[in-house]
Amino acid sequence: MAKTMDKVDVVTVGVGWTGGIVAAECAKAGLKVRGLERGKDRGTKDFTMIHDEYRYAVRYDLMQDLSKETITFRNTRKQRALPMRQLGSFLLGEGLGGAGTHWNGMVFRFFPYDFEIKTMTDKRYGKDKLSSDYLLRDWGITYDELEPYYDKFEKTVGVSGEDKNPFAGKRSSDYPTPPMKKSPLLKKFEKTSTDLGYHPYMIPSANLSEQYENPDGSTINACQYCGFCERFGCEYGAKSSPEVTVLPTAKKTGNYDVVFDANVVEILKQGDKVTGVKYVDTQTSEEFVQPADIVVLTSYVMNNAKLLMVSEIGEQYDPDTGKGSLGRNYCYQLGPGATGYYDEQMNTFMGAGALGMLFDDLNADNFDHSDLDFIHGSMLMLTQTGKRPIETNPVPSDVPTWGAEFKKASIQNYTRTLSVGGQAASMPHKENYLSLDSTYKDKYGVPLLSLTYNFTDQDRNLHKYLTQKAVEVSEKMGAKKTEAAAPIEDYDIVPYQSTHNTGGTIMGADPETSVVNNYLQHWDMDNLFVVGAGNFSHNSGRNPTGTVGALAYRCADGILQYHKKGGSLV
Amino acid sequence: MAEKNKNLSRREFLKTSGIAAGTLVGGGLIGGLVGYNAKSTDTKPAEPSGGGGKDDFRINRGLMFFQNPAEFKVLAHATERIFPEDDLGPGAMGLGVPYFIDNQLAGNYGSNSREYMQGPFYKGEPTQGYQTPLTRAELFRTGIAVMQEEANKRFDKDFTEIEDEQKDEILTDLQKDKITMKGTDSSFFFKLLRSATLEGAYADPIYNGNVDMAAWKMKDFPGHQMSYINEIEDEDFKKIDPKSISSMQH
Ligand SMILES: Cc1cc2nc3c(=O)[nH]c(=O)nc-3n(C[C@H](O)[C@H](O)[C@H](O)COP(=O)(O)OP(=O)(O)OC[C@H]3O[C@@H](n4cnc5c(N)ncnc54)[C@H](O)[C@@H]3O)c2cc1C
Ligand code: SF4
Repeated sequence: MAKTMDKVDVVTVGVGWTGGIVAAECAKAGLKVRGLERGKDRGTKDFTMIHDEYRYAVRYDLMQDLSKETITFRNTRKQRALPMRQLGSFLLGEGLGGAGTHWNGMVFRFFPYDFEIKTMTDKRYGKDKLSSDYLLRDWGITYDELEPYYDKFEKTVGVSGEDKNPFAGKRSSDYPTPPMKKSPLLKKFEKTSTDLGYHPYMIPSANLSEQYENPDGSTINACQYCGFCERFGCEYGAKSSPEVTVLPTAKKTGNYDVVFDANVVEILKQGDKVTGVKYVDTQTSEEFVQPADIVVLTSYVMNNAKLLMVSEIGEQYDPDTGKGSLGRNYCYQLGPGATGYYDEQMNTFMGAGALGMLFDDLNADNFDHSDLDFIHGSMLMLTQTGKRPIETNPVPSDVPTWGAEFKKASIQNYTRTLSVGGQAASMPHKENYLSLDSTYKDKYGVPLLSLTYNFTDQDRNLHKYLTQKAVEVSEKMGAKKTEAAAPIEDYDIVPYQSTHNTGGTIMGADPETSVVNNYLQHWDMDNLFVVGAGNFSHNSGRNPTGTVGALAYRCADGILQYHKKGGSLV
Repeated sequence: MAEKNKNLSRREFLKTSGIAAGTLVGGGLIGGLVGYNAKSTDTKPAEPSGGGGKDDFRINRGLMFFQNPAEFKVLAHATERIFPEDDLGPGAMGLGVPYFIDNQLAGNYGSNSREYMQGPFYKGEPTQGYQTPLTRAELFRTGIAVMQEEANKRFDKDFTEIEDEQKDEILTDLQKDKITMKGTDSSFFFKLLRSATLEGAYADPIYNGNVDMAAWKMKDFPGHQMSYINEIEDEDFKKIDPKSISSMQH
């Protein structure tokens, strides 16, 4: 028999950026909030021995324990979905702060175009730019509506940036802190891309350029450019994460607590309301019921979708009929790019998670696609995140991958290669979706989430075009030899690509095709909110968390309104 | 100030700068303190590698996983072909890579304790990744047995006794799936062997590979340094004496 806990006003499932933001805003407003987190407590004090590539970057010490739960994957509906037995393509978070502990910290806003992509594409290129197999749609919210929430997230994080991008949406205020230091490698990229007519600027960064106190009174320290940032926690408290910003804010209200080792297995409901959640203590296997007036799913793209599916809330998407909203519009990203080989040694081992420069001239609809066989695009960037020796063994394609020649070339090139890379938007396709697996279960007996995903022609064309552009930049930068990224074929779950998974629980103006409204409130259950990159109708050519953070503030706003007046907010 | 702080231990550094205590620190202060390499005595030199040569390669450092020295030697020789000794410096054996792999096989890595290992198991598409019920510990033992068998079969000798070119032939056939292995494709085992070799070469010496940080020195990677804030904007390349994570424990 499950033990029933005291009721709270708000329960969040998972405590990463989204869970932290919702908790901070609701606790400040006087609501009793509880976070249920299946991982452990952790923070800056645990990171004093973090500069360990093997433990953290290769063996994924801070990330999800897949022995308890994973997903299954297949490229097409014709294949048998099989478990992703090891982490690879994307790295799921676990523990206090979620993936916000070990992220790089690049903080972007999406383009105004992203939110109204369907309308704007039809208007500029006519109705059949993309075939009807692509489920392109507007998001049910505009950039201008979301802007105040972007502003709030950036101030909470203390983003270090420069307002120099001619393609960006309007900003209501400056970046809270100045951009990071410009290393010689970035200057090289800046000069070249300017010469080519592009408009480079510094990546807006959550590795702070200077010490900063945010509006909630949390202090974030200045980044030391230690080179162990991506996949690591920051030993200096210099990378904005939930643990150094929103979670202390929530805790000091006295209205917030977190239960650790709490794996949520079901959303409980009665009629058209949810009543709380059921969770299992991962150490004792005991079951608990946590009653709450409002339930907020903040457990990342995958688990948010899975909980709705196993709790039978909403209609599962069916690729045959196109009906159902839950699970549709799953998207990922593509990595066009080029690697340049140089003669001189460079300090490639130094850096910071978000240290870099980029331009958006070939992103979104910032260039004319009339004669191109794809829409959207990618940023092109040069980052200096700190190259690590186990994982960085660049050799030209005519060099073997092991043996004497490999050893020499990989050692030689470790400090002599620079990559110009992108993050390209992938567009939603009717065959790409999330559902429940019928065979495999997690440690608690709940079915695994299943991912059916492949790259589509639109993706391949975009990748090819942007890769060619990256080659041009790399050559102009003075590389003695440049190699293009291999063309993409089928999506492969093995090599790391990006933790920028999106879709499955999309937002929108129409309950037929979206899971939540533009306050991230579930269409079928007024007191259930679902927030994260799962709300994106498509992916963009940049990192997601700026938009995820903005949506979490939007969601908190919705929760507070709902708490006062109830009912549907739209 | 600069002179006085030169040998600051890590703990002292954290204390002085207030970071450990969670108090506020400005970038300027941190920058002022950490532009110095702590004395290299910070890091205890690892034990001698045993010369790196193949014949005097010592196997008495302590095996946690392998019970049979012959198996361990096959592993050692295979890793040395993947990452051989040359004029740049030691190869896998001289770097202690076989010990690294042995020790890893005895722990979480070998038992796949953080991976989803529930059945049923089906052979999947290459894009679906690892789909074998074998743990890495089992895969390594099977793979080693296969390398030994192939050497016996093809050259009538032990793997450790055949010529380098002959070892390479077997490794190449493994890589190209030309050898049958129970429970998995041989290319999958080869991939694992290759990545474990590189991990052992370049991981921090606390894991018993990368002896003397010699692989880092070859690559000009400085290991663990607290900060590059004072160098990140410099034009010239920085050759910095590497430091191990073990210097962070005090
Ligand atoms: C290596 C890496 C680098 C990245 N770099 C960037 C970057 O530079 N810029 C950027 O914008 N984004 C980046 N990201 C992505 C970014 O980290 C995520 O977008 C963001 O952290 C997502 O926040 P979230 O709150 O939605 O989910 P998460 O941070 O994943 O938090 C979800 C939490 O829910 C918990 N949880 C899940 N299921 C359950 C359950 N059933 N019961 C209880 N708890 C549960 C998890 O343990 C986790 O703690 C990066 C990600 C990775 C892995
Ligand atoms: S690069 Fe900067 S923000 Fe990242 S971990 Fe190092 S000090 Fe922290």
